[in-house]
Amino acid sequence: MSVGLVIVSHSAKVAEGVVEMAGQMAGGVRIQAAGGTDDGGIGTDPTLIAEAIAAADEGDGVLVLVDLGSAVLSARVAIEELVGEEARDRVWIAEAPVVEGAVVAAIQASTGSSLEEVADAARGAATMAKVTTPEE
Amino acid sequence: MATAVAVPWGRLVPGPRQEAARNVDAACVRRWLEEVAARLAAERDFLTQLDAAIGDADHGVNMHRGFTAVMQRVADLQEPTPGRLLKVAGRTFVSTVGGAAGPLYGTAFLQAGEALGDHPSFGPRLLGDALRASLEGVQRVGAASVGDKTMVDALTPALGAYELELRMGGSLETAASGAREAAASGMRATIPLQARKGRASYLGPRSVGHQDPGATSTALMFAALEQAVLADRSQRFAAGARRPVSGP
Repeated sequence: MSVGLVIVSHSAKVAEGVVEMAGQMAGGVRIQAAGGTDDGGIGTDPTLIAEAIAAADEGDGVLVLVDLGSAVLSARVAIEELVGEEARDRVWIAEAPVVEGAVVAAIQASTGSSLEEVADAARGAATMAKVTTPEE
Repeated sequence: MATAVAVPWGRLVPGPRQEAARNVDAACVRRWLEEVAARLAAERDFLTQLDAAIGDADHGVNMHRGFTAVMQRVADLQEPTPGRLLKVAGRTFVSTVGGAAGPLYGTAFLQAGEALGDHPSFGPRLLGDALRASLEGVQRVGAASVGDKTMVDALTPALGAYELELRMGGSLETAASGAREAAASGMRATIPLQARKGRASYLGPRSVGHQDPGATSTALMFAALEQAVLADRSQRFAAGARRPVSGP
């Protein structure tokens, strides 16, 4: 068992691509894509997100990674209105960039960490240095 | 969980709720939805123009598409309660509108429907509770406050004016009129603001000088509400109803 992940993006391709990437790094973690609208357009859909949450939930919790704007709103509505009440408290939205956060969270989740630890790891990805040399 | 909401007038003084004066029913709520749909169809291009200036130019189209779906869904409902009408409207909106308007207006309608419960009809006070539940839901989902250049800038003063009017002894009609007026001035007051939420906030100072599309569609809904309530009254008078539409 491990924490599951849901990747929410305005683009279905982005969401699927992130799932593919994060899945490559961490086997055994349930990672679900919820990108685009149900008619294949650009946007986000609370219903799709709620279905992805249900599919990712093994009972240890689900971390939802969102891109921006209505992705956050749709994820909130999915959790508040559509996810079953008994599961609601173990579904969190990550304060994290979607690609980097998903990869880091997937790796953390694959070690059997708690939802809180996985969410912390994802948050850390927001400040990951890429081109600056770390100070000594 | 209690959510702090910045409404200048606070809650109505709690007291024993009198539901004796029941004067908004499912037919009136339906009229309101129809009125909103008609206005959205008429204002679709205007809303999209507003959104083109500071957003992604889809607000009019999205609202119109969402409400067209809402009207199709509610048409099939057999003898719904007002609360059910609004809940079905909310769920339809959430599932048909992909932009921010879907979750925000969807939540507003869902919360209002929830607040109305199973009452077959209700008085102005319960309508006020429903409006307040809408605002709280929108703020929970959208995390926007007054001054952020969003629909909250129209919704908050509308609720304030509605509640104030009732406290001053006004009727459903005068409260709805006050709400329409306050929503419209809240909408106009978004023009000089710099957006702090939504896509427009990415524009920074360039969002100044444009009227917020979300506040505009919210003001439209309050104008429709006033019209539905007034139409309801004239129909009642035409039908020979003696009871005035007032009271709690």
